[in-house]
Amino acid sequence: MNKNNRLQNALFYVVVVFISLVVLFPFLWMLSSSFKTQTDIIAWPPKLIFSPTLQNYAKVFGEQDFLKYFINSTVVGGLAVGLSLVIGLPAAYAISRFTQRRLALFILLARLMPGISFLMPWYIIASRLDLMDTYVALVLSHMLIALPIVVWIMSAYFNSIPVELEESAMVDGATRQYAFWAIILPMSGPGIITAVTLSFIFSWNNFMFSQVLSMEKTKTLPIAVYNFVSYAEVDWGGVMAAAVAIMAPAIILTMIFQKFVVKGLTMGAVKG
Amino acid sequence: MHKPSFIEKNIRILFPLPAFLFIALLMIFPIVYTLALSFTSWNLTSGAPMRFIGLRNYGQILLEPRFVDAIVRTLTFTICAVVIEAVLGTAIAIILNRAFIGKSLAKLLLLLPLVSTPVAVGIIFNLFYDPTIGLANFALSSLGLPQGLWVSSAATVIPSLIIVDVWQWTPMITLIVLAGLAGLSEEPFEAARVDGATQWQVLRYVTIPMVMPVILTAVILRLIDALKTFDIIFAMTGGGPGYASETLNIMGFKYSFEYFRMGQASVILIALFFLVLLCSMGIMKLRSSSEN
Repeated sequence: MNKNNRLQNALFYVVVVFISLVVLFPFLWMLSSSFKTQTDIIAWPPKLIFSPTLQNYAKVFGEQDFLKYFINSTVVGGLAVGLSLVIGLPAAYAISRFTQRRLALFILLARLMPGISFLMPWYIIASRLDLMDTYVALVLSHMLIALPIVVWIMSAYFNSIPVELEESAMVDGATRQYAFWAIILPMSGPGIITAVTLSFIFSWNNFMFSQVLSMEKTKTLPIAVYNFVSYAEVDWGGVMAAAVAIMAPAIILTMIFQKFVVKGLTMGAVKG
Repeated sequence: MHKPSFIEKNIRILFPLPAFLFIALLMIFPIVYTLALSFTSWNLTSGAPMRFIGLRNYGQILLEPRFVDAIVRTLTFTICAVVIEAVLGTAIAIILNRAFIGKSLAKLLLLLPLVSTPVAVGIIFNLFYDPTIGLANFALSSLGLPQGLWVSSAATVIPSLIIVDVWQWTPMITLIVLAGLAGLSEEPFEAARVDGATQWQVLRYVTIPMVMPVILTAVILRLIDALKTFDIIFAMTGGGPGYASETLNIMGFKYSFEYFRMGQASVILIALFFLVLLCSMGIMKLRSSSEN
């Protein structure tokens, strides 16, 4: 390697490290602040070295009942994703095998349209039907987040499975729905992991639907974090501990399923 | 061959039916309902019965300076954020598009902002921007620059919010363009090199034109989401100070769930709806012309 090349290489790594630091910095600051006492947080100049404390986490999980909101978020996200798979997988299969383009576009509308344009009627209807602050209303609204993701990812995934597999089963006398159930679905693991991870993360992060449709009983984590700020404007340590608590599951899921998440986020754009 | 059952004969309809009904009932019907409400005088707090008032809500809202400001602000925020993200995101993708030690770690880091809860991201940046204890002002003063008020001042609130959006969503453009670059065939690059093209020329005349459709698709996706940006603005400023960061989405939310003026809120929501529709159609047209 000549000198010029080596210099270029070093420069490249400097740029990569710089980009990584910019991306990482807010996370590191959040994490370090969550272990600081209030005095250390408001210290000027900002402190890099401090004696860590767990009091913020004790407060968040002890006094603020974050465990309940954590469970709420998990239940709502889990049910919304599960039900979206139940109705989304057959729809994705039909879109893929019978090239139902218009249907695909129709379901994708839920991804494109601003949530607020249907949230107001939801609010009115939910109040009339006594569905405010129930899991039913919340899960249904979160399905509007999960369903388009499931259909989008799975129809592309089914496209990549050769038609001959079901066709040969059908020649042997199997029905199409049996072939879908017994041949196609068992092969669809990677696609389903992608769809489930992404749609769960987006449901987990959703703020607007839960802010309008949930109150104390079904409150999800983003709302709890948001309320924490408005109640305790100055308790930065507690807020940062809450932020860590809400981000950790999505980040852990992303680390485990990195390949799947990247694929899910980029496939539509690259193929479409 | 057996005789096809009812399910098998109608599978084309039966399989997608539940999903179709779900979207129709829970999304399309409410949107139509919103449209209908926009012609009524309905106000949830007054208790007066719903009355048909024709286009009066439209007249009132369209003449409201707050509404016009919100439209301009929504477009400013969206266009600035998405242009910066597209340029930065593509540049970073082109830099990272080679084999290097730690590439998969770098890609993992790029994913983290995308999966972070926007409300929490907003709150973290609020700590950054805090005029008295925030790192942003500390950085400025260590560089000898005057300190700023960031989201607390009407003059700087929009740029400050754009910075947050750029931090969170530039990686998405990068990852999409990286995937696009990975799918390109080698031949045009070899041909260009054989012809003696410089690195810059290859980039300018081969790489960028070839990934343009992918970049534009990424831009469409970002544009649609940026127009709808709600969480970070609501969490960081609530639309303030005053109305200085009130976008259409925030204004619609306030009219619906703070003032309960359902009729007028519907007009705002319909405006946002058409803005999203218009922008997506415009960019799709651009994209199809770049492919030809």
